Amino acid sequence: MPGPLLHVKDLRVRYLPESGGKVQALEGLNLEILPGEVTGILGESGSGKSTLASTLLRLLPASAECSGCVVFEGEDLLTAAESKLRRIRGSKIALIPQDPAVSLNPVTRVGEQISEVLRAHLRLSRSERKQRVRQLLVEVGFEDVDRIVDAYLHQLSGGQRQRVVIAQAIACRPSLIIADEPTSKLHSELHCQILALLANTVAQHDTALLLITHDPTILAGFADRLMVMYAGRLIEQGPAESVMRRPLHPYTRALIGLSHGHTSGNRASHLPSIPGEMPNPLHVMPGCRFEPRCSEKMGVCATTDPQTFSPESSRLVSCLKYGN
Amino acid sequence: MATETIKANHSPLLRVCGLTKHYWTSGRVWRKRTLFTAVDDISFELSHGKTLGLVGSSGCGKSSLARCVTRLEGADAGEIWLEGVDIARLNSRELLPYRSQIQMIFQDPATAMNPRMTAAEIVQEPLLIQRRGTSAERQARTAELMREVGLSPDWMNRRITEFSGGQRQRMAIARALSLQPKLLVLDEAFTGLDLSTQAQIANLLLDLQATHSLTYILISHDLSLVARIADEIAVMSAGKIIELGPVRQIISTPTHPVTQSLVTSHHGFRVQHAAAGGFA
Repeated sequence: MPGPLLHVKDLRVRYLPESGGKVQALEGLNLEILPGEVTGILGESGSGKSTLASTLLRLLPASAECSGCVVFEGEDLLTAAESKLRRIRGSKIALIPQDPAVSLNPVTRVGEQISEVLRAHLRLSRSERKQRVRQLLVEVGFEDVDRIVDAYLHQLSGGQRQRVVIAQAIACRPSLIIADEPTSKLHSELHCQILALLANTVAQHDTALLLITHDPTILAGFADRLMVMYAGRLIEQGPAESVMRRPLHPYTRALIGLSHGHTSGNRASHLPSIPGEMPNPLHVMPGCRFEPRCSEKMGVCATTDPQTFSPESSRLVSCLKYGN
Repeated sequence: MATETIKANHSPLLRVCGLTKHYWTSGRVWRKRTLFTAVDDISFELSHGKTLGLVGSSGCGKSSLARCVTRLEGADAGEIWLEGVDIARLNSRELLPYRSQIQMIFQDPATAMNPRMTAAEIVQEPLLIQRRGTSAERQARTAELMREVGLSPDWMNRRITEFSGGQRQRMAIARALSLQPKLLVLDEAFTGLDLSTQAQIANLLLDLQATHSLTYILISHDLSLVARIADEIAVMSAGKIIELGPVRQIISTPTHPVTQSLVTSHHGFRVQHAAAGGFA
């Protein structure tokens, strides 16, 4: 069995907002990503999932403090030199950001933007690069490559833009792709198309994928492993199918129940929801972060920080219900 | 006017006939401006206290239709009958009394509100514009509205940057309700919110509809959520309503190919679920 591609140990990130106070965005995360594996990170806004994506590429704002380690192919990315990081970003670890309209350059042609990635990391001649760009565009499902190569951002639809960003991400055949909500700006018919494209590409090149999302439906039947985040903590992880089928943490159970509730049932009755909101990160209370919203809370939950338990093999959960 | 209001109880709240809206595409060098029909001869009726779901893929004209119905934009042709008055042809002064009856809620509450204003200022701004009540009355009404949408009146003096996405959407709803409208047009009001927040906002809308007999036009690309809240669904494609009917009928027997593809992508998730989790 090969070693992990990425190993995150006790990762903590703290933001120091200008208005004062401290925001603990990530609290002691431990995780491993195996080569070629699709890992889904499930969390609502404010859970710290995007902070995790930025930390892995060390793209955090300067005001953020972080500790722990992120070992990628034997190197700690948190202490690596900036020059070394520049060689890794885009070539070994690629990022598919949430909104391609923001990440693509509106005044450069699509072909040039993909070519830029190749120029930064690979030694190719101009004609080789040109050919490679066209090949990549075909790979992400474009038929009229001639038009797309010369197109500007505003001439493309949302789905086409997302395909261009995917072409950029796979340009250097990275060993890890981090996709931060890649489909949240697209309408539902396109969701399936883009996800299928992502699934195909990573399977073909044996690329590991870290898929960050708030929607459990898009992870079903796609992710190999599933991690659930809440208020900066990893509260549950395990094989995706078993977590989806039988979630252990009350939060995971509620979250998966919601996506189910939207697609069935009748009008006029209330939709299932999780009452309350995520705790304010500026005012951290003792105990389990989910305790105020939990339907299965016990007396100790308000005062004791839950440790991580492993009630069955390959499953981890941070909930006092599973202690002893 | 009085006779028209009496008549209103028998007629639908909103009746749209042959509504059409064109836009000119911007001309470029050597390229002629062309006429683009965003809303193409649309007609529908909506009764008091009912919800119409308007679905379709992006660019099909659903937002243009909403902007015309709310008179944020003038239509090029057609009639918009609100309780027996055609508001399509009224000028801005004549329109003033009807403005308060139709309110709109936008996709991104963060960009629909002035970040320098406090929660109270945002919620009571419509009252101020329509010159309703004294300052103390407005303040009391604001507290009442905030309580109604599930926000603590203690937060009145906070700025919107201190609120979460779901709380901001609640504030947008409170602001829209401040003038006691009859019709609320919600343009992708759930997009960008977490699933649990979507459900909370949907439940709030259902509660408010029951207490105030509100009528909703709910625009979304997410058929599964609309199907839970709406009475009727209109499917739009290329500026036209291609299918209109009760939710159950649209979901179970879609006739138009566009509707069928929407419904399959809606069911697609459910099938995936059944395969992965077995709880569908």
